[in-house]
Amino acid sequence: MAVKLFIDAIRDALFHAMREDEQVFVLGEDVGVRGGVFRVTQGLIEEFGEQRVMDTPLAESGIVGVAIGAAAMGFKPVAEIQFVDFILPAVNQIISEAAKMRYRSNNDWTCPLVIRAPFGGGVHGALYHSQSLEALFYHVPGLKIVIPSTAADAKGLLLAAIRDPDPVLFFEHKGMYRLIRDEVPDGEHIVPIGKATLRKTGDDITVITYGLMVHYALEVATKLEQEGIHAHILDLRTIAPLDREAIIEAARHTGKVLIVHEDNKTGGVGAEIAAMIAEEALFDLDAPIMRLAGPDVPAMPYNAGMEKFYMLNPQKIEDAMRNLARF
Amino acid sequence: MKGEINVLSKHHQLGLTDDQVIAMYEKMLEARLIDERLWLLNRAGKLPFVVSCQGQEGAQIGAAFAMDPTIDYAAPYYRDLGTILAFGQTPKDIMLHMYARAEDPNSGGRQMPGHYGSKKHHLMSISSPVSTQIPHAVGMALAAKMRKETFVTYVSFGEGSSNQGDFHEGCNFAGVHKLPVIFFCENNQYAISVPLAKQVACEHIADRALGYGFPGVVVDGNDVLEVYRVTKEAVDRARRGDGPTLIEALTYRLTPHSSDDDDRAYRSKEEVDEAKAKDAMIVFKDYLVKQGLLDESKEKTIRDRLMQAINEATDYAQTAQDPPPESTLDYVYAN
Repeated sequence: MAVKLFIDAIRDALFHAMREDEQVFVLGEDVGVRGGVFRVTQGLIEEFGEQRVMDTPLAESGIVGVAIGAAAMGFKPVAEIQFVDFILPAVNQIISEAAKMRYRSNNDWTCPLVIRAPFGGGVHGALYHSQSLEALFYHVPGLKIVIPSTAADAKGLLLAAIRDPDPVLFFEHKGMYRLIRDEVPDGEHIVPIGKATLRKTGDDITVITYGLMVHYALEVATKLEQEGIHAHILDLRTIAPLDREAIIEAARHTGKVLIVHEDNKTGGVGAEIAAMIAEEALFDLDAPIMRLAGPDVPAMPYNAGMEKFYMLNPQKIEDAMRNLARF
Repeated sequence: MKGEINVLSKHHQLGLTDDQVIAMYEKMLEARLIDERLWLLNRAGKLPFVVSCQGQEGAQIGAAFAMDPTIDYAAPYYRDLGTILAFGQTPKDIMLHMYARAEDPNSGGRQMPGHYGSKKHHLMSISSPVSTQIPHAVGMALAAKMRKETFVTYVSFGEGSSNQGDFHEGCNFAGVHKLPVIFFCENNQYAISVPLAKQVACEHIADRALGYGFPGVVVDGNDVLEVYRVTKEAVDRARRGDGPTLIEALTYRLTPHSSDDDDRAYRSKEEVDEAKAKDAMIVFKDYLVKQGLLDESKEKTIRDRLMQAINEATDYAQTAQDPPPESTLDYVYAN
């Protein structure tokens, strides 16, 4: 066990998976010689060669489509989309093909594919290097979506995703690559897909969130503890399928729920979680369900002030948590 | 001459035996007869939808016989009934698929007619958005290269599909990595109602291969043996590790796009009649008759045998079990 950066834990998982299974290979733009624009795949090509660490043409639908074909033949491709913003040309391959392969062939052909993509803002990435697109995909049965918040989970969930027999979208908040560090188990370490985890227990308010926002919520929770406000913080870790049981249990625990995500509010993952709680735990609630999310504008502007306005931060989350506690 | 080997005959020059060319004709006829049966069942109100292979059987069978379905893979498209049969599906499999029965080996009744695919026959599952299968075939060919296996992957599509981004992305990827894949364009002159001249500005779809760094070949899709020849060359080339080939087989769609289309709105009867006279079914039969390999009596024997199998398949499928409605919920994920 060693303390590792979020980005190093992802790379650890790739090394581990590729060493133990020859069917695992990485493909994408700049993933080989350059080691990825964020350096996630750095060093892989030296150990595994250019065939298993494949620099592809700049063509996202081709990357995903080729990976689907290889997966159909028993390979375990890990495709990297350089920024989640550029996954859109591959949406037909992801939704029409990967998500439906098992279903449409009546369990004959399958698609054990992982697509990794950095997402999220606050890094001066402007409209097309900052988006959160998980809500576009969480509506689609047949896909799994994972968004880790710790280095240990990044490793454990990526290994679980690679071994999963179905297509998994693995979204990494790019702001966390070199910001988040924690203890990561060496060697084999699996975190099951579909299981949320409590990051903190408390009896006053429940915060349900994922990704970078987990860290902001925890920071605020520590501060509010001094004032006697005790937050219960659930880290979803998997967006699809959502951990219904953990969500309902966390909502019931305090009866006051705040859902936080960086993605914009309308039709976001928070809407589904709110509906789930309303359906199953309405009479256990002591306050209306609150959502704190990005504004409903097309994407995050480049200008520093505008970017800051768009992004959630600990202050905005603190205000929301206080409001809920006071209700 | 009957039964004697004519050393000058084209099929012998290509290394095909008399039995093989008769088998090719039988497969074409099987596809045609099944297709005709589907239209009858559609017009009788028994099948809601038909999408046809008629006019393209020669191209499909010429190409399929250049491969070895026991090792090679195909990612076909919805008109490829001939390819599907050549890779081992039976009239019964096809009829179960058309009637969307539980035993349909393609999808257990989930997919609409023409959306084939079965792992045991080495046929990749087909969807409706066109050209998505092209990168899949490239990925399958990548698997062959990575495992150092000798199988080739064949992917077919209409000329309309060659305008999609996935065609370009797939061809380019395969060209860069010199993958063992055969891109087979069945140019039937129409993308539903849009004629070739409104689809592309180049003379031939095969011309596009130049941009991907591999050969592009145009072939008369009604000349079964010529299609076999160029596909065999492409297969050999792929097996040698020399990379992909784009083949454009010039064909004609003899039916409307589907049972829901009316082609009289966009093309003349004269044009269709002219194409019917050049139908590979006729051309290839003529060849076999001239070679002394086929006559009316032998043709009738073949036809009767095929019709019996198609009748039995139709009867079986008509009364076969439907999938349980609640099985709609199955196989979203592995568990």
